Amino acid sequence: MSSIPVLLIVIVGTFFLLELAPGDAVDAYLVTIGGGDPALVQALRESYGLDQSALVRLWVYLTSLAHLDLGWSVQFGRPIRDLILERLPNTMWLMGAALALSFTLGSLLGIIAGARPGSVFDRFFSIGSLALYAVPSFWLGLVLIIIFAVQLRWLPTSGIETIASGKTGLARAIDITRHLVLPVSALGLIYLALFLRMMRAGMAETWRQDFVLAARAKGLARRRIVLRHVARNALLPLVTMLGLQAAAMLGGSVVIESVFAIPGFGRLAQEAVAGRDAPLLIGIIIVSAVLVLIINLLVDIAYALLDPRVGASEGRA
Amino acid sequence: MSLPIAILHGLSVRYRAGGVAHAALSSVNLEILEGERLAIIGESGSGKSTLALALASLLPENAVQGGVISWPGLGREPVAGRDIGFIFQDASASLNPVLTIGEQIAEVVRRHKGLGWRAALAEAQELLAKLRIPRSEQVLRSFPHQFSGGQRQRIAIAAAIAAGPKLLIADEPTSALDTIVQAEIIRLLNQLVREAGTTLVFITHDIALASGFADRIAVFHQSRLVETGEARRLLTDPKENYTRRLIESSIDLTTPSMVAS
Amino acid sequence: MKTVSRLIRSPEGLAGLILLALPIAAAIFANVLFPADPLSIAGPALVPPFSDPAFPLGTDRLGRDVLAGLVHGARASLAVGLAAALVALAIGSLVGTVAGLAGGLADEVLMRVVEAFQIVPGLLLALAFVSVLGASLPVVVLAIALGAWTGPARLARAEVLSIRERDYVASARVIGMHPAEIAFREVLPNALPPVLALSSVIVAGAVLIEAALSFLGLGDPNTVTWGAMIAEGRNVLRSAPYLSIIPGIGLVITVLGVYFFAEGLNNALAVRGIRS
Repeated sequence: MSSIPVLLIVIVGTFFLLELAPGDAVDAYLVTIGGGDPALVQALRESYGLDQSALVRLWVYLTSLAHLDLGWSVQFGRPIRDLILERLPNTMWLMGAALALSFTLGSLLGIIAGARPGSVFDRFFSIGSLALYAVPSFWLGLVLIIIFAVQLRWLPTSGIETIASGKTGLARAIDITRHLVLPVSALGLIYLALFLRMMRAGMAETWRQDFVLAARAKGLARRRIVLRHVARNALLPLVTMLGLQAAAMLGGSVVIESVFAIPGFGRLAQEAVAGRDAPLLIGIIIVSAVLVLIINLLVDIAYALLDPRVGASEGRA
Repeated sequence: MSLPIAILHGLSVRYRAGGVAHAALSSVNLEILEGERLAIIGESGSGKSTLALALASLLPENAVQGGVISWPGLGREPVAGRDIGFIFQDASASLNPVLTIGEQIAEVVRRHKGLGWRAALAEAQELLAKLRIPRSEQVLRSFPHQFSGGQRQRIAIAAAIAAGPKLLIADEPTSALDTIVQAEIIRLLNQLVREAGTTLVFITHDIALASGFADRIAVFHQSRLVETGEARRLLTDPKENYTRRLIESSIDLTTPSMVAS
Repeated sequence: MKTVSRLIRSPEGLAGLILLALPIAAAIFANVLFPADPLSIAGPALVPPFSDPAFPLGTDRLGRDVLAGLVHGARASLAVGLAAALVALAIGSLVGTVAGLAGGLADEVLMRVVEAFQIVPGLLLALAFVSVLGASLPVVVLAIALGAWTGPARLARAEVLSIRERDYVASARVIGMHPAEIAFREVLPNALPPVLALSSVIVAGAVLIEAALSFLGLGDPNTVTWGAMIAEGRNVLRSAPYLSIIPGIGLVITVLGVYFFAEGLNNALAVRGIRS
């Protein structure tokens, strides 16, 4: 369990980074209400504990974190935990759908490309995926909006659902899905390119293995060799990649949420930056780190299920 | 006398690499007789492994093959897996690490005998028992890394003979194993091919090992077939200087072989 | 020289060089081509592209020349990308070398720090960093580098761990060289080449993060950047989509150029590796 000290480093590091900021949440608040008298300022500082030294506040912060209390957002006038929990589902939907799309389609196309290394298909996918991977996701999002929302009018331009539509049940689910198509595509296509490239490279590597030659010697159908012997093994590094990309993908969804005005976690981060809401920003960074840790844990479990050698070597060690 | 299972007429193989090609086999003429145990002997680089791959149509893409291999004993082109079984040098590399033992044996049975998975797995279990692997039912669900080198090679042999091939090609199947395990594997292999009347082409650099059970020996040197003949004759009265040197340099042939013939 | 000629002869390498030539030339000659401040108003607002020879790519909402912005934006993009990659490589190799050489507790602590940086989304970290220290070029460079140094650090450490055991390091130890001298004269020069191979990917990533940051309004407000141009164009996305599309194409060309270049270089080096 090395994740606890790592998380502690994240918390303390973020805490001190935001200590460097000129002014605090009260200053920011005063700007929004147009200033206030020194007595009020003093009272506000005391009520938020901002008059204490940094180390004392860090200690207070850590103890409240232990009780899953992320503190209070002056800007929103609400507990930070509630704010994050309210926004998190939208981000999870966006990220989850983009991840599912990019992983399944990426590995599938990677198998098609890697089934015959060096073929025309393979070259096409190789260069195409490299080109796609060079596209910034937020710009792709805007281009998709221009084409599918502005020109063709097929899909909505922004938001997570039609506001005050009164839709419920299936109608609402369809409405949300229609809103998610473009952002999920914008985020997912970039990672699709990455997974495709990884899968293709893994397939090329696996073709050279002895057990593939053995599969040919057994006279197995080409389809079985490609899927069961080559692709099955090439999938392993792809799963590892999934964990490594989790943080980058969460970062990517911050920008995509901004493009499509999705009230998610990333938008909240932007609002925290705009409102100089340091406690909120710390909370967001900590929760995203926890999220990445959880994804990595799930990836480790998936890997252990896919690779029979993992559990055994741990058992022996 | 039945027809030879395979006849090699002027078989040549060259490997191309970076614009240049180097010869791995140069015009080899050789008959492989039905039911015999033929040992192919040579040092590394003699072309003996290339011969094995060419017989099984497993040459890599950069190989250029010349000459003809005909299959009078079969009367048609061989089908990989069904007519020819192939045993590789290192079973830890030739078994797929992420598939169960059961699947890797049963897939051969399924492919060539047209059985469903259930029946194919039952046959796989019988094969494992035949190769004297204990607790075969449990083994079916296990993975290669859970076995020792010798056990892995037996599993690989089970997969190679699963469809009852007429020709079994073994490319240095025991050189990755220690001598005691080596002897066990050879004894088992020898017994299996005798019982089933399978033709065995056994590739090795170890002339002493081959002398223990081979009917005939073919000696390769620098991509050429140097000499071929009945095993006892070739060992006692070699015609070629290279063969003689090979026999002399191999460790004392008079020590009793660990493999009973 | 062999590597260079092989690079040019490989289709990817050649494509990369051609693509990169555009932004590099734009960055070098920006002040010659467009001496005026690209942020100043140059003509009427919202001139569509290819309609007025004075403004080949049109003008934006405030009447600023899009082509001038594009050319000057190349300079910011490349400068920030290269600088951030350089800083990330420097920090990463230093930390990785120290961790690998020191071993023990220091290694353990440094690696936990590396992991901590890996589980925080780079963009969020950059966002927090820029919001705290204010948006200026050096801060943006540092903010991007903070999210990119972990890869080089891990690789440098792995290299150092393998080099540490080799003969020439052992002999340096035997003749009584100071550990710091061993680190910088014997180990680091040998650990660097594989780490440098990462540099093109890091440059590409840095260019993309810089664009995202300035798109979110966290770039240096006094510099023209492609990300800021795209964000500015968003306000008139329906009536003048070209304002967001054009700078994006600049980004794609630059990043794709870097990727192709890296791919070509890898192939050229791989061929050399096989031959030797």
